[in-house]
Amino acid sequence: MNFPLESFIAVSASNPWTYVVFGLIGFAFGFTLEMSGFGNSRKLAAQFYFTEMTVLKVMFTAIAVAMVLTFGAVALGILDFGQVWVNPTYLASGILGGLIMGVGFIVGGFCPTTSLASASTGKIDGMFFMVGGFVGAFLFGETEKYFTTWYNYAGYYGRMTLDQVFKLPVGVVVLLVVLMALFMFWGAEQLERIFGKRDLSKEPKLRFAGAGALFVLAVGVVLLGSPNLEEKYNRVSITRTYVQEAPEGATEEELKALEPIKVQLSPDQALAQREMQISPAELFATLHDQKLNPVMLDVRPEAAYNLFHIRGARNTQIDELSAISKELIAENTPNRLVIVMSNDEAAATEAWKVLVAESVANVYILEGGVNNWIAFFDEADPNISGVLDNSGNDQLDYVFPAALGDRYECSDPSPMEFEELEYEPKIQLQLKRDKSGGGCG
Amino acid sequence: MTTYTRTKSKKSLSRKGLFSRPAKPYVHPYFGGAVLGIVLFLAFFLTGNGLGSSGATSRIDVAIEDAIAPAHVDKTPYLLKMAGGDKNPLDDWIVPVFFGALIGGFVSGTLHGRVKLETTKGPNISNRMRWLFSFLGGVVFLYGARLARGCTSGQALSGGATLAAGSWAIMLSIFASAYALAYFVRKMWN
Repeated sequence: MNFPLESFIAVSASNPWTYVVFGLIGFAFGFTLEMSGFGNSRKLAAQFYFTEMTVLKVMFTAIAVAMVLTFGAVALGILDFGQVWVNPTYLASGILGGLIMGVGFIVGGFCPTTSLASASTGKIDGMFFMVGGFVGAFLFGETEKYFTTWYNYAGYYGRMTLDQVFKLPVGVVVLLVVLMALFMFWGAEQLERIFGKRDLSKEPKLRFAGAGALFVLAVGVVLLGSPNLEEKYNRVSITRTYVQEAPEGATEEELKALEPIKVQLSPDQALAQREMQISPAELFATLHDQKLNPVMLDVRPEAAYNLFHIRGARNTQIDELSAISKELIAENTPNRLVIVMSNDEAAATEAWKVLVAESVANVYILEGGVNNWIAFFDEADPNISGVLDNSGNDQLDYVFPAALGDRYECSDPSPMEFEELEYEPKIQLQLKRDKSGGGCG
Repeated sequence: MTTYTRTKSKKSLSRKGLFSRPAKPYVHPYFGGAVLGIVLFLAFFLTGNGLGSSGATSRIDVAIEDAIAPAHVDKTPYLLKMAGGDKNPLDDWIVPVFFGALIGGFVSGTLHGRVKLETTKGPNISNRMRWLFSFLGGVVFLYGARLARGCTSGQALSGGATLAAGSWAIMLSIFASAYALAYFVRKMWN
């Protein structure tokens, strides 16, 4: 099975268990914070006077443990990192917000979640903080309009992780963060000894074993590395939904009871059943559908692309696709779909496999490729002549007088002329996580 | 280990039950952190989402605004993203996490004998002043948390564990400004 579980990515009324799962996660969260002492503002504030470094110890232990386990599961191939919410980077608003939060922390003595643990255990100051929080969030909602452009664009880098920033393998970054955390724990204990007059010899010896275990796990993550493309591809499953056909003479109630059938297909099965190949007509309709956000990737050699391409298609080569898929995941919206095309289908199918393996959602292939598109829309354009060959060997079938790119009529057929096209719809948008769907947002 | 809440166990007059047990010490920070890390990992592993709470504060606000002044919500794009059309602002994973955390904190406090109406503060500040600053701190913190798109849980903890670059910048900013200001408000805590 592939994690995270698709049915638990978001809450939905159709599956009440989602509320239970998220409620239990919250329960465990609040329980752990309270038992660590985070219901007590003095314990939290002591962090900033070096007398008791509990905040740092709990936080960085949690980060290190969760990180090692998460990236370990990714390296083992049981967790799909493309489906894990990674906070998008908004550097400007993030840093300013962080600085403001620090002020709230030292003045108020809590952070939002610890104030919950505090308020629910009867701490009056925790309750005041919580109420203040509602006021603060309200004020933000009312004032966001005055700086909305800055808020949404300043220093925006999308989904960006530290391994991308430092251009290091992710396992190495995991190991470095663990080493940094262990060093900070050592430093924190020294500070507690000096400022908090703590006797370190009374600390449990077990913590060295814990540090060792964390280090060994991090080294394990480095050694495992990342799963390769083929392994990722073999784990992908594609959900297709089919409407059941009503039996003859069915009553209205029987019709209502007909649930659509969901089928899980491996990517190779989906290709073989031609579920992922969309006709030129469907692509055309998609391009003119205001509700959809199609991205066309033309994976032919640049020369062929310059001769002719569909308007709006972006030329790219197969070896650039892994990098492009990171961009696509960063800018994921639920209505975004990706259509890959080549002259026929061979190269496009290879490209499709890469994108699917990189867990880009909603990727389709233009059926019959650019040749088929021209054949379908070419209303005897005098500039495009003759069929060179139609052996289906992924070569251009047409001869062009010049490299006019997308300035042919059938590069962008008129929606007036091709208003009502008939086709068998293949596109089924899979609801995957979108940019605004996760995190604290 | 120092524990601030351990009050000299008042001899409970009559009722001996859940809420009058002697306060137990807090768990060791590394142990608490490890458990929290496992909870965070399970959240990512099962749902793909991390932990958080400030988003729920905001969503509850929007739900109230939407009930009182729906026309105003419809004119404010930021609120509209959560409550526009037939969207229910409370229909988000972070809301059950928020209420779960409230209950979880209460249950842990109950089991460990720490549920008690009191104010946690430094020795040199009055209760009323402490309440005022708590309130103001809450206002400021949540304003910053919405600006940064997440608080210590949603950004520092969850983003830190997934190596999100922006979250690490936010985490450093929080600590930097809290440390920078700590000296000036030392009377509140020491």
